[in-house]
Amino acid sequence: MKLKTECHEANHICDKNQYKEATFMEKVRLNIHLIYCRACRKYSMRNSKLTKAVNNPTVQTVSTSEKEVMKQRLQEQLNSSNS
Amino acid sequence: MATNQIDPTKWVDQYSDYLFNYTIARVNDREVAQDLISETFLAGLKSMKNFKGEATERTWLISILKRKIIDHYRKSNSKKGKAEVRINYKDEESEGDWLEERVADPFDKTAEDSIQNVELGEAIFNCLGKLPEKQARIFKMKTIDDFDTEAICNEFDITPSNFWVIIHRARTAMASCMEKDWL
Repeated sequence: MKLKTECHEANHICDKNQYKEATFMEKVRLNIHLIYCRACRKYSMRNSKLTKAVNNPTVQTVSTSEKEVMKQRLQEQLNSSNS
Repeated sequence: MATNQIDPTKWVDQYSDYLFNYTIARVNDREVAQDLISETFLAGLKSMKNFKGEATERTWLISILKRKIIDHYRKSNSKKGKAEVRINYKDEESEGDWLEERVADPFDKTAEDSIQNVELGEAIFNCLGKLPEKQARIFKMKTIDDFDTEAICNEFDITPSNFWVIIHRARTAMASCMEKDWL
């Protein structure tokens, strides 16, 4: 295994980790990297804060099927006003 | 100064999430919120000629939506008085119906908390709107709607490493957009 972790790799692992997709080994490498790299520490902190903010349960989206319904209604209206 | 163009076919994709968050915070009911947004789009379509292009499309739609929300509350207010709300004690021993004794417990969510959450949602979608469209859509699918990486890769026809680069760019942009007030 490569011991030294480059910053861009560390960022990639950090991104993955936000979605809980990093492997155990990757997490170890990330944490070792964070010990000595201040820039990546900052990035990691911001990244996890962003995750926390976005995962807030009040943030909701419209589902794709509901969007389709809206699109259809809009399209019908468009057609009828054009004709 | 008619610089802002209007394009109804893109409304749903571009604004429905932002408008939905705005509405859900104010009416607290998914179905009502969706109806209101739908009505807003239709109303927007009807009065498209009145759009002067001074504001952005989104601001214009929000101003229609605001009226729709007010109308919604007017309607539900006119139904008032038909149902009576009684405040009673749950146990038999204590008597009377003092409102003061039924105040919410302080450990419950406070108004400040929910206001903050409302504004957070608006801030997120505001920042999302500033990203390039593809980035915003992928980020939203992955982060808010919890899609699998593989599913998104298939839908957009990109490789996983391509996907992570997009996610990384989106996250960096989102973080710097929200940093001032939220992070």
